[in-house]
Amino acid sequence: MFWVDVKRIMRSGITSFKRNGIVSIAAVLITTITLSVIAGLIFLNAILNSSLADIRDKVDVTIYFTSTAQESTILDLKTSLQKLPEVLAIDYVTREQALATFKERHQNDYVTLQALEEIGDNPLGASLNVKAKETSQYETVVKFLEGDSSAVKAASASIDKINYYQNKAVIDRLSVLASGAERLGFILSFIMVAISIMITFTTVRLAIFIAREEIGIMRLVGAGNRYIRGPFMMEGIIYGIAASMITMLIFYPFTYWMGNHLADFFGMNLFAYYKSNFFQIFAIVLGSGIVIGVISSWIAISRYLRK
Amino acid sequence: MIYFNNVSKKYPKDSPALEDINLTISAGEFVSLVGHSGAGKTTLIKLILAEESPTEGNVFFESTDIHSLSAKELTKLRRRIGVVFQDFKLLSNKTAYENIAFAMEASGKTDEEIKSDVPHVLDLVDLGDKIFNFPHQLSGGERQRLAIARAIINQPELIIADEPTGNLDPINTYEVVQILKKINDLGTTIILTTHNRGVIESVGKRVISLDKGRIVRDDKDGKYVI
Repeated sequence: MFWVDVKRIMRSGITSFKRNGIVSIAAVLITTITLSVIAGLIFLNAILNSSLADIRDKVDVTIYFTSTAQESTILDLKTSLQKLPEVLAIDYVTREQALATFKERHQNDYVTLQALEEIGDNPLGASLNVKAKETSQYETVVKFLEGDSSAVKAASASIDKINYYQNKAVIDRLSVLASGAERLGFILSFIMVAISIMITFTTVRLAIFIAREEIGIMRLVGAGNRYIRGPFMMEGIIYGIAASMITMLIFYPFTYWMGNHLADFFGMNLFAYYKSNFFQIFAIVLGSGIVIGVISSWIAISRYLRK
Repeated sequence: MIYFNNVSKKYPKDSPALEDINLTISAGEFVSLVGHSGAGKTTLIKLILAEESPTEGNVFFESTDIHSLSAKELTKLRRRIGVVFQDFKLLSNKTAYENIAFAMEASGKTDEEIKSDVPHVLDLVDLGDKIFNFPHQLSGGERQRLAIARAIINQPELIIADEPTGNLDPINTYEVVQILKKINDLGTTIILTTHNRGVIESVGKRVISLDKGRIVRDDKDGKYVI
């Protein structure tokens, strides 16, 4: 009997969704707006994360060595730095590489290149480029370099400078900005989603208000609460499914355009993100749509089902 | 079958809608309730359907106090009562077939029963050719016949018809009364409220007259006297 009821409820929900015409369309469109806000926030979050990752990626600590530093000293320091749990990667730039990069960067600057030629010898020192796992961990890396472990002691005479202190202000500000942006993003998302859910809820309530007389009639002919509520919940599910499909369709040309025109500005291609995360985004949007539709219908109809 | 035991119903700030009603309706009876507008006919019916609760006293359906039932039990009770209203109260976005099928589905009938019984009952009230029409595509008389078909489909023990002919012309009124009489002949108890003298006289059964919330007459083979 349970499955017969489920089948009847589904059929009745689908039929009244079709027959309610304008009311159904209005409810689907409003739900689409809510889901678009949610999908928009997913993309915004992706942009924010990618920008923050970009910024974090640009932060590092570089240890410059004097041009007379021995390679073995540098490699010893590198090995002991690698043992630090905070260190993610160390890039060793030899004197020759530094010179090649320098030449390449100044290939159109004849004066500088000529000056370099005058000197004859390679004036550049080697360097170690240290990346920490988190921006806040650079402090620890620098503290280690200021400490008195044997590798540091051996290398200290060869160290020309550490650029952390020049970058410290920027690194600190970025850390604050990054966590602030995340918090702001979360609060904004929460407010936007709450507002759109309220709008959807009101629309669904309106749709059910129109049917309140029918609900009274259903009770009079002996329909139980579950049987009355069911088709309305089914309609709520259909609102969610239809709206989530429309939302995904809207975001296809939207992200395509953004991907073509604004990829540099955002630092990522939104269309590529849309394609590679299509199923996750669709699942979130669909799930949210169904949950919003069902909960709105459930609450809206409850007031008409009291004895 | 139906017992009213010292029942009164008062709405806030209004004079009482029903006062001190004691009434017994036996199984198989055809009872007409008459009275002016505001005499208390509809309130009395709403008490039987548990759409309203009495301020004092009890209303029994057989041995059950209607107003002590839970929502679930009430749903079961309503399946034993068929209702017909002046304004038809059909489900406007369902076809004639679906309106009747809904009442059957609600009472847990199988798809096979629905498929065989619905066309049959629609034929019975002469709506066999309007099976897929929506209520707004039917005339007043047809809508009322559809409402009657819905009321009888689950073979209820009691049919309540609240001013069923109020919106109908004399020919349709006559047809509706004939259908109700036929249903009563088959053993179903009927409670009918009406203003229509012709209806009362053509039924020729028990008449209860209400005035200002009180029973003023109860005649076995009554006539319309108010």
